[in-house]
Amino acid sequence: MSVTSAPYRSEMPDGRDGFGELLHAEWTKFRTVRGWVITAVAAALLIVLFAYLGTFHHEDGGICVGANPASGTCQSFAHPTPPLGPGGEAVTDTYSFVHRTLAGDGSITVRVSSLSGRVQAGNGNAASATDMAGASGQVQPWAKAGLILTATTKPGSAYAAVMLTGAHGVRMQYDYTHDAAGPAVHTPRWLRLTRSGTTLTGYQSADGRTWTRVGSAHLASLPQIVQAGLFVTSPPTAPAEQALVPGSGGVATGATATFGWPDLQGGWSPGGWAAENVGANVDNAVLPTLSSVGSRRSGSGFTITGSGDIAPSVGGGETDKNALTGVFVGLIALIVLAVMSITGEYRRGLIHTTLTASPRRGRVLIAKAVVIAAVAFVAGAAAAAVSIPLGNHILRANGNYVYPAGTLTQLRVVLGTGALVALAAVLALALGTALRRGAGAVTAAILLVVLPYMLAFASALPAGASQWLMRITPDAAFAVQQTLPQYHQVAYLYTPSEGFYPLAPGIGLAVLAAYALVALLVAHRLLRTRDA
Amino acid sequence: MARLRDDRPAFAAYLSGMEATIEVNSVRKRFGQAIALDGLSFTVAPGSVTGFVGPNGAGKSTTMRVIVGLDAVDEGSALIGGRPYASLRHPLRHVGSLLDAAALQPSRTARNHLLWLAHSQGLSARRVDQVIEQAGLQSVARRKAGGFSLGMRQRLGLAAAMLGDPPILILDEPFNGMDPEGIVWMRGYLRSLAAEGRAVLVSSHLMSELEDTAGHLVVIGRGKPVADSSVADLIAAASDGRVTLRTSARGEAMTALARAGATVAATAPDTLTVSGLASERIVEVLGQSGVPFSEVAAHRSSLEEAYMELTRDAVEFRAAEPEPSTQSAEAAR
Repeated sequence: MSVTSAPYRSEMPDGRDGFGELLHAEWTKFRTVRGWVITAVAAALLIVLFAYLGTFHHEDGGICVGANPASGTCQSFAHPTPPLGPGGEAVTDTYSFVHRTLAGDGSITVRVSSLSGRVQAGNGNAASATDMAGASGQVQPWAKAGLILTATTKPGSAYAAVMLTGAHGVRMQYDYTHDAAGPAVHTPRWLRLTRSGTTLTGYQSADGRTWTRVGSAHLASLPQIVQAGLFVTSPPTAPAEQALVPGSGGVATGATATFGWPDLQGGWSPGGWAAENVGANVDNAVLPTLSSVGSRRSGSGFTITGSGDIAPSVGGGETDKNALTGVFVGLIALIVLAVMSITGEYRRGLIHTTLTASPRRGRVLIAKAVVIAAVAFVAGAAAAAVSIPLGNHILRANGNYVYPAGTLTQLRVVLGTGALVALAAVLALALGTALRRGAGAVTAAILLVVLPYMLAFASALPAGASQWLMRITPDAAFAVQQTLPQYHQVAYLYTPSEGFYPLAPGIGLAVLAAYALVALLVAHRLLRTRDA
Repeated sequence: MARLRDDRPAFAAYLSGMEATIEVNSVRKRFGQAIALDGLSFTVAPGSVTGFVGPNGAGKSTTMRVIVGLDAVDEGSALIGGRPYASLRHPLRHVGSLLDAAALQPSRTARNHLLWLAHSQGLSARRVDQVIEQAGLQSVARRKAGGFSLGMRQRLGLAAAMLGDPPILILDEPFNGMDPEGIVWMRGYLRSLAAEGRAVLVSSHLMSELEDTAGHLVVIGRGKPVADSSVADLIAAASDGRVTLRTSARGEAMTALARAGATVAATAPDTLTVSGLASERIVEVLGQSGVPFSEVAAHRSSLEEAYMELTRDAVEFRAAEPEPSTQSAEAAR
């Protein structure tokens, strides 16, 4: 036997052995399997394709015109274009108004002695009409009667108002989105609204002598000369939970209030009171309203009937979610890709090569997670960035109204969608690592990520169950796609299928991140302790 | 804990002697009820091809997986230059291994397979092209590995093992699936790697594959060491004092030698294997008795014979192999 005296010493310089090298290796692994790259691109294209298909034929976003109560169908849909409020958000601004001109500071005081309501029968879809039949004559919880001071009578104007509501007591509201609660009473009330410069303050009193402040508003852009007076309005019923056509089913309602004679202080114009149905002539109003509204002098005051709302607009138009229905489909493709990126190695024994090249196994898993997350993020975010303008363009071209969303909101939806699919991919990768079998891991990931979404969005579950699914399952992260805020002062079916999620975008994403982290920790431990 | 840094000159000099060895110390490993390795110990030294031989199921692959840290030991240790494999930085610079030639992503090209491995060690694409050339894979480097024959996969696996230019190579059944030309190439390549001072551990279930390649043999059976010696010693032990006698007068020769105290076996019409007598004494006895003979030579066992002798008791799956006696018995029924 011949043993050479000197053991072999390589002349080759050592390369670096850091996490960067591991990332580079995992990225090379990913990009050199054409099927994987194609799958990632296909996932992005699927999202865009669904944005196209999902919005192109979407024509049920409007208001039912010429409803046929017998068949529950509409002759046509009117496509709403709601006015924009001072904050740029879409608003509803429809109410019956008895007003005078106020120049400069002043106040108005009035007694609201009664508030009653009615519900239109036979409008909307048949199911809702049946549901609401028993409620006729009942005042809507958010029916409003009180005092309002507005820049102009053009819908969308800046305003402040103090009011008695159907079931939410006395409120001070301004500029559509702001709401402050006063006492929760529903008995005849004295209301007072004062203007001092740009500050408007609402007061209420049970007897007209002892006053308490309800709230204040600072309306910087309020002109010197404004319109102020009495108003009544009543929002449609919230869409029925089981309504099969999203956004439909709200039925017009009306409210009638009797006021005493208003007491005026300050720079009020001389002359009489003008009556106006604000927003009644806006074409394609978002909300269904009753047409029989108006006001009359009665005894020593006014009786006013109104229908509509002064509030942010929700539910009458489309949001970015329509353009993002395909995220769900793209997500399935990315989940399969993430699972295969590790179970493929187990199936072929390639994991042994990987782990002999990098015996620090935890780092291997992290590197894989970073690569698959980056791929999924880019696919998801890029697809969302294309889908939203594309989908909204098609929606608008088909006559739908699309709610405006600010640049930051759009950015949040785009990046959030990327983060959503990235975290779901990491979860799937961790499941693949833990289970080592492609079929099992894909099944587990589908059960965790896809099934809750389908249950919540197929309207198979009651709204409460859907909302719980969107709280506690990984799909809570879909909250990043919500663009319209949820307003407690607007009765609406705030369900996931309507684009409203129970958690804030960041919290929803954190729920998914927690799932991914726990799965990753379990996978990390198994990978380190098991024989490969 | 002190961190070992192999870039310090003095320490590097120390390690250079240490690095190129594999030490397996009393390793026990069980999978559930089955004992895979039962107190296995051996050392692989640099400068020689160490054949790692045993019947199928003897624990060769498990041992190799333990050495490269894929499987954890229940007892004992497996060390590379004194360190556990898992503690090595850029491990492919220390140990090149080929455990399963079929472990490839079929849609990845051969070159890209080597490329990600190179990237994991901070090595460049230039090195990838070097090992492709060494393994003779230039013409197929950009083809998908899924279409490779087992022989080509073995070459690709060897190229992967050579990426880090390591002083230690661990190859599990590298001859499997190779055509005769490939086997000749592989033998020559392994010998040249050992001649450079590398420690090369090569497993095989066929001793004949290692003939003329291995300088040292570790034989295991049922997870236990059966033999651990140089090939020369092993053959000598198997040949132990036996003498081959070629003669035309077989009967006379057997009678004369038996009378002189030898044990004689007829191994061919004109050949006897004699033990118990030195060759000089055999020549003397035959001369005294007037028995003609054409050749008296020390008997040399083949490596195969030596191996069969050693593993006779350790073969686990003999029953699974069709034996002539069993076959004839079945035919008679």
